[in-house]
Amino acid sequence: MKLIIAYVNPYKLDEVRDALKAAGVTGLSAGNIQGFGRQAGHTETYRGAEYEVDFVPKVRIEVLVDDTLAPTVISTIEQTARTGSIGDGKIAVLPVEDVIRIRTGERGRDAL
Amino acid sequence: MNSGDTAWSLICTGLVLLMTPGLAFFYGGLVREKNTINTMKMSFLALGVIALEWALVGYSMAFGPGGRLIGGLQWGGLGGVGDAPHATYGPTIPHLVFMAFQMMFAIITAGLISGAVAERMKFWAWLIFITVWSVVVYAPLAYWVFGGGFIFNEIAARDFAGGLVVHINAGVSALALVLVLGPRLGWRREIIRPHSLPWTMLGAGILWFGWFGFNAGSALAANELAGNAFVTTQIAAAIAATTWMLIEAARTGKPTTLGFASGAVAGLVAITPCAGFVGPFAAFCIGIAAGAICYFALQLKFMFNFDDSLDVIGVHLVGGIVGALLLGVFADAAIGGTDGVFFGNARQLWNQFASIVIGGGYAFVVSLVLAYILKMTIGLRVSEQDERRGLDLSLHEEQGYVLE
Repeated sequence: MKLIIAYVNPYKLDEVRDALKAAGVTGLSAGNIQGFGRQAGHTETYRGAEYEVDFVPKVRIEVLVDDTLAPTVISTIEQTARTGSIGDGKIAVLPVEDVIRIRTGERGRDAL
Repeated sequence: MNSGDTAWSLICTGLVLLMTPGLAFFYGGLVREKNTINTMKMSFLALGVIALEWALVGYSMAFGPGGRLIGGLQWGGLGGVGDAPHATYGPTIPHLVFMAFQMMFAIITAGLISGAVAERMKFWAWLIFITVWSVVVYAPLAYWVFGGGFIFNEIAARDFAGGLVVHINAGVSALALVLVLGPRLGWRREIIRPHSLPWTMLGAGILWFGWFGFNAGSALAANELAGNAFVTTQIAAAIAATTWMLIEAARTGKPTTLGFASGAVAGLVAITPCAGFVGPFAAFCIGIAAGAICYFALQLKFMFNFDDSLDVIGVHLVGGIVGALLLGVFADAAIGGTDGVFFGNARQLWNQFASIVIGGGYAFVVSLVLAYILKMTIGLRVSEQDERRGLDLSLHEEQGYVLE
């Protein structure tokens, strides 16, 4: 089993979710985060005072999947979140020791 | 008594009241998220305590029978202020309506000061400051200018709706308070930016709308003078907003929304003393001057290193001075009974200047003393920890935004 964490542009979230559902993913988590990478921040001006804002808003998506589905999930996120410009984000893949469905107590692949 | 005049004055009283919640939104959007509630409450609080202060003593001191310097306390607790019109305070409307109309001015003037001290002042210190300030600063100034005191009668300066009494007064008192209070933690080092420009635009819109009550209502009748004040108010606000935006776009490349709203307020401030003394073309010129001068005046706080959080000094003090002085230039006796420089009365400009120095000087000194007394006794500032945490939680145990 794998935990796939993707940091993507907020406006890509809906597109990524729809594509993942179509690819067979049955659930995911997403949250608004702030961060920085190679993409520089931006300037904001209020009454003539300029501020350099270093953090940019991103969305973090977490998906728990079976090993067999992992390559599809990764390529799906990669294709839908990519615009080709700096700031498209990153995908990390982590091995998962166990997964437990709290309601039933099911473990491992059955809990996915 | 005239029912049309009374109806108009009642509506205008409500319009001026609405400006204070408008101000709360204007300021509330400009602070950081963690200080939204506190900032809004500083304005709202004036609706409570200043209304009481006004009914108890303020109105009598500002408009009651008296000598050159201050009204007596005969009208304290509104004794003797009733249905019968007062000969000089709106001869066709009930005296009580005039009192209520002026009450709203006293309220918003106190509220205006809060923008300068936002995000770091103790709540109880603010309550005491505005209550005492309204008695010892606002009431005397109102008396000198509106209530038959020496600035109107002897210096012969004119102020239609409160350029000196409201805006210069609030601005210069804010400066005194800020000098004693000191800058916010992290000022000029950390990013301190507005958290909600939509709130600010909502507030600017309410202020703009309410300002018609403020200026056109100051005619105290539904007549030609009210119409003149209404039109000059709109023209000045419109051209000042546009002027500010164009200068900003030329200098920094982007026309900001906040710049447009700030320019509108600057224009409204500057036309306030002039609205019933000048015509539409003069309002156009005053609007351009206000938009341009106030835009550059925002740099004052960086040049002299005082943290006027939301630019009360740059907009209200400077805008008020622009308007008060230009009244002495553009005033036309055919409109308001007083001529300025362009109509052959150069003396009026000097009168306006003298009123600014005397009225503004008094407000500055007394506010400074009051601020020092509070600093030495209960203290003006919240603790560093409370300031970092945000005043909403640390002072009120409330949050502006509960997002879960």
